[in-house]
Amino acid sequence: MRKDTDFFILVFSVGLFVCTNIFLMASGKLPISFNGFGIVLGAGLTLAIYSFLYKDNPAFKIAENLYVGVSLGYTIIIVWFNFLKPDLYDPLIVPFFSEAAKTPQYTLLVPSLLGIFMLLRFSRNLAWLSRWTFAFVVGLGAGISIPRVISAFILEQIKPSLRPAFTGGETILSSIDTLLILLGVTSVLIYFIFSLEHKGTIGKVSKVGIWFLMISFGASFGYTVMARVSLLIGRVQFLLKDWLGILQ
Amino acid sequence: MNFLKRTIPLIIAFTMGVLMTLQYYIPHKLSQDLLEVVTRWDRIIAGFAVFIGAYSLFHLHWTRIKRKVEGWGYSVFVYFGAIITLIFGLINGGKFFWNDKQEGTMFDWLYYYIQVPAGATIFSILAFFIASAAYRTFRARTRESTVLLIAAVIVMLGRVPVGNYISLYIPAIADWIMAVPNLAAKRGILLGVSLGAVATSIKIIFGIERSYLGGGE
Repeated sequence: MRKDTDFFILVFSVGLFVCTNIFLMASGKLPISFNGFGIVLGAGLTLAIYSFLYKDNPAFKIAENLYVGVSLGYTIIIVWFNFLKPDLYDPLIVPFFSEAAKTPQYTLLVPSLLGIFMLLRFSRNLAWLSRWTFAFVVGLGAGISIPRVISAFILEQIKPSLRPAFTGGETILSSIDTLLILLGVTSVLIYFIFSLEHKGTIGKVSKVGIWFLMISFGASFGYTVMARVSLLIGRVQFLLKDWLGILQ
Repeated sequence: MNFLKRTIPLIIAFTMGVLMTLQYYIPHKLSQDLLEVVTRWDRIIAGFAVFIGAYSLFHLHWTRIKRKVEGWGYSVFVYFGAIITLIFGLINGGKFFWNDKQEGTMFDWLYYYIQVPAGATIFSILAFFIASAAYRTFRARTRESTVLLIAAVIVMLGRVPVGNYISLYIPAIADWIMAVPNLAAKRGILLGVSLGAVATSIKIIFGIERSYLGGGE
């Protein structure tokens, strides 16, 4: 009984969607063009995904899988046009076939070889060669990150935390804020020291750290919710304005 | 063989790690060129890595189709979406993939009318789930959870016009929460994470951390 109802709701929704689009195109509210069909497709996907709020259903699953497929295809093409073509194909392969006196950049054979080694991960006998590539990437990342992390995320973050609270010219509230930031940073750092037992003074300071963390988590939660709500507003605007033409 | 399988990768990681750490402190053109060259190499390798991800996804869905597991029909749409996008991306508006990317092609159409709306909708649907989860789990049982709840409510109200209608102080308090206690806690976390990242990087360079080599011989 329940399955029949779900099937009826699905067929009815699809029918209503088709009729709405025929009406919109016949009345000229939607152009009969690639853009018009694009808006219909976008609206259909939006509604199909929102249908998950009722329950999991075939329309949602189709939209979800289609999205995954398109995203995969898009990523491969963008990687080609943004990375592999300008960084590898154009400087290494093109000069072989072009009449201009450009020599191929043979040094690019090294990353090409490392890239091929990585693909050998699927071979049972040669999978170990992919370790060379991972070692290169991981070692490079580690080496690049050490000085930059120290500079940008440690020193540059400590500097404003240790700013003088009273230099003259600032308001009393901004001085209090500066002290509060120093207290917050210190107490949060102390809270994360797990090699010391959180008792006595350490315990009290780490308790203050927990309060700062709770405020931060609450603020982050509120901020995330509002970001999602703004996306929701965007989708509703798309449906009401671009698709149905109700909003002007 | 063990030398090729285990020692060479450790030597590569050590050499690259030390070289790139020192590079930062050498303000010479050669040093800058080295950074440019290796980051370019890194981008190329990352480009190859995408094919591993693509293969894994295709393989997963192909297995589902081949074994006809429940819901295998939906996997066909993954192939359909990917193949259509790849074909139009490679055709590149008639200029084909060996030329620069053209604008306003069917590939862009697929992006604007499938990927953008579907992606935005999937992320916006989280608004409902977050609201529902918060309603079911947020309880002001302890002082800490009360603080979290109050901060969340103030920040949410401070970001919408209704907060302004309730009190002019709410947006100001929301801004203050973001700029002072939130900043302090985030900075504390960031410092901790950064120290951890530096420590892990040093362990990788000196071969103490070897999990990236994977298991086996």
